[in-house]
Amino acid sequence: MAVTEAPGRQLQTPWIERIPAAWWALGFLLLAMPAFANNFWLFQVFGWTFILGIIALSLMFLAGYGGMVSLLQMTVAALGGYMVAILGTSGVEQISLGLPWWLTIPLAIVIAAVFGTLVGALAVRTEGIYTIMITLAIASAFFYFARQNYGIFNGYTGFNLVVPPQLFGVDWRQPTAFYYLTLGCAVICYAAVVYVSRSPFGLALQGVRDNPRRMAALGFNVTAHRIAAYTLASVIAAVGGILLVWQNAQISPGTAGIPAVIDILVIAVVGGIRRPIGPFIGALIYVLLRTFSPDVLSAFGLSNERFKLLIGLGFLAVVFFSPDGVLGLWERWKARRGRRRDPLTGKEAGQ
Amino acid sequence: MSDTDLAAPADRLGSVSAGAALELRGVTKMFGALAAIADVTMTVRPGERRAVLGSNGAGKTTLFNCVTGDFLPTSGTIRLFGEDVTRFPAHERIRRGLRRTYQISLLFGGLSVADNVYLACRGVSRGRFSLLRPFRGDPLLTRAGELIEAVHLTAARDALVSELSYGQQRQLEIALALAGAPRFVLFDEPAAGLSPTERAELVSILNGLPEHIGYIIIEHDMDVALRVAESVTMMHNGRIFKEGTPEEIENDPEVQELYLGDGHG
Repeated sequence: MAVTEAPGRQLQTPWIERIPAAWWALGFLLLAMPAFANNFWLFQVFGWTFILGIIALSLMFLAGYGGMVSLLQMTVAALGGYMVAILGTSGVEQISLGLPWWLTIPLAIVIAAVFGTLVGALAVRTEGIYTIMITLAIASAFFYFARQNYGIFNGYTGFNLVVPPQLFGVDWRQPTAFYYLTLGCAVICYAAVVYVSRSPFGLALQGVRDNPRRMAALGFNVTAHRIAAYTLASVIAAVGGILLVWQNAQISPGTAGIPAVIDILVIAVVGGIRRPIGPFIGALIYVLLRTFSPDVLSAFGLSNERFKLLIGLGFLAVVFFSPDGVLGLWERWKARRGRRRDPLTGKEAGQ
Repeated sequence: MSDTDLAAPADRLGSVSAGAALELRGVTKMFGALAAIADVTMTVRPGERRAVLGSNGAGKTTLFNCVTGDFLPTSGTIRLFGEDVTRFPAHERIRRGLRRTYQISLLFGGLSVADNVYLACRGVSRGRFSLLRPFRGDPLLTRAGELIEAVHLTAARDALVSELSYGQQRQLEIALALAGAPRFVLFDEPAAGLSPTERAELVSILNGLPEHIGYIIIEHDMDVALRVAESVTMMHNGRIFKEGTPEEIENDPEVQELYLGDGHG
C-alpha cells in the first residue's frame, strides 16, 4: 500500500484521481447538508453522530490497529469535557477557573491524554479479556469518583452552561456552525488515523497486534508502542469529549457512566472495527435509533424506554451475522456481486 | 544470490569489535524442575558459522530464546560482542546487531511483503515512532527493496504475506533477519519443510552472506548443516555433548551412535 508502493504507480495517477467517485459524492453531500437539512438534523443527528464517531474512532484505532479493546475511551472523552468546564467558564463559578479558550482547550486535551497514557501503561501489561476488565474497572472508578467529588467535579450536578468560545464572531453552538465544527473535527481525526495507519508508527502498531514477539525480535519496544497508541487515541477521544460537552452545554458523571462506556464499544463494533470509517457508520445507526425509535415504539404502544432493546437486538444481529460490523456486510455483498459479473466483459452473468 | 546483494551493511558497520561475538557462560534455563538447558558454555568468534545439532528436546531452540531474550536464563551470563546482555530485553539485543529467524514463521500476515521488510528495517533504525509517512526516496525503502531482491521475492513484493507459499515465507523470514546491520544471526531450522530445490537455494543464500556476519544455525538435515557451517556443536538433553569441525563430528563414534544408532530415519 501507500508506504511501499512501487515508485512508478503514483506518478501516473495524481492523488486527486485516486479518490473514488463515491467519496467525492459523500464529501459534497456533507458540505451541502445545511442547504436542505433542518436544524434538528444538523445539530442533534449529525452533530451527535460526528462526536460519537470521533470517540468510537479512538477505540477503533486501539482495537483495529493495536488489538487492544479499551473501555476507557468514553472516560477519557468525559475527562476532556470536564477539564474544559473546570478550566474555562461554566455556570458553576466557584469552581471554574475562567481561563481563556486558547489555554483551556489544549490543556484539557493534554490532561486527558496524560490520564489515558497512565491508564494505558497499566492496561498494556494485560491481554484480551483482562484489558477489557481493567479499563472497565477504571472507567467505573472515574464515574463514582466524579459523582462523589464536589471539590473539582461538582459531584452529582456536574457543570452547566459550558459553551464553545465566540470565535470570528460566530456562535459555534448555532446549528449550522456546530455542524461544520463537528464535521471538520471528524474529518481531521479520520484523516489523521488513516494517515498514521501507514506511517512507521502505525505499521509497527499493526505488527505488534499481529505478532508482538516478532516485533521485539525486530528491535521494536512493544510496550512503548502500545502505550503510545493509548496517548494518540486519548487525544482523539478528548476532542470528541470537548465537542460533546459543548453540544449538551453541560457535563455530569452520567456522561462517563457505564451505559455510555458500553455504547462506544457497541458503536465501534456495529460499524466495523477494521476500518476508520466504521465507527462513523456505527454512530449514525446508533443516533438514528436513539432519536427515532421512541416514536416508532410508541406507535406500536410500547414504552419509549424500550429503544435499548432495539439497539441490543441490532447489536446481537450484527455480531451474529457479521463480526466485521455493517462495513463487513457491505464488503461481502460487494464481493458477491463482483463474483456474479463476467471478469472479462464486466456484465452480469446470466443465472 | 550474489555477495553484493547483502554487502551493504558491512560498509555501514565500520569495524567489527574484537573478541567473541557471542559468549555463553554456564547458561541454565529451568522450566519448573526441568532443565531445558543446563550449564551451556560456548564461545563464537565474529564471522564464525556454527551449526547446532541435536535431537528434539535437546534444548536448541531454548538456547536461542535465551540468547535473543525471549526468556531470561535461570542462571549464567550471555555476552554479545563483549557486552553483558543477560538482563537486556529482546529489542535492546536486536539493536546491538543480533538477529534471529523462527522455526515456525512469525510474520505479519495482514501486511504485504514490502511492508514486512520495511518494518524490519525500521525496527533497527531511528524513527520507530514516526507519525510521518516515509517519503518516496527514503533510503529504508530502497534497502527493503534490496533485501527482497536478495531473497528472490521481488515478484511477490506487494502480495499479502498470508498469501505466500510456505517456501516463500521461509525466504521472507531470512530477509527480516538481515535488515539493518546484522552482526550475528540465529537461524532456527530454516530448511524445515523445504523442497530439495528450496534447500539448495537456502544453502546458496547462507553461503552468500557477507563474511563479517556470523551465525548459528539449528538444522536437523546433516547435509544442509555440514555445508553451511565451519564448526559444529552437538547438544543432548540440554547439555553440550561434543564440539568440533564437521568432519570430526561426522566421524565421531559417540555421535554416530546417538544420532543414527536408535533407528533414526
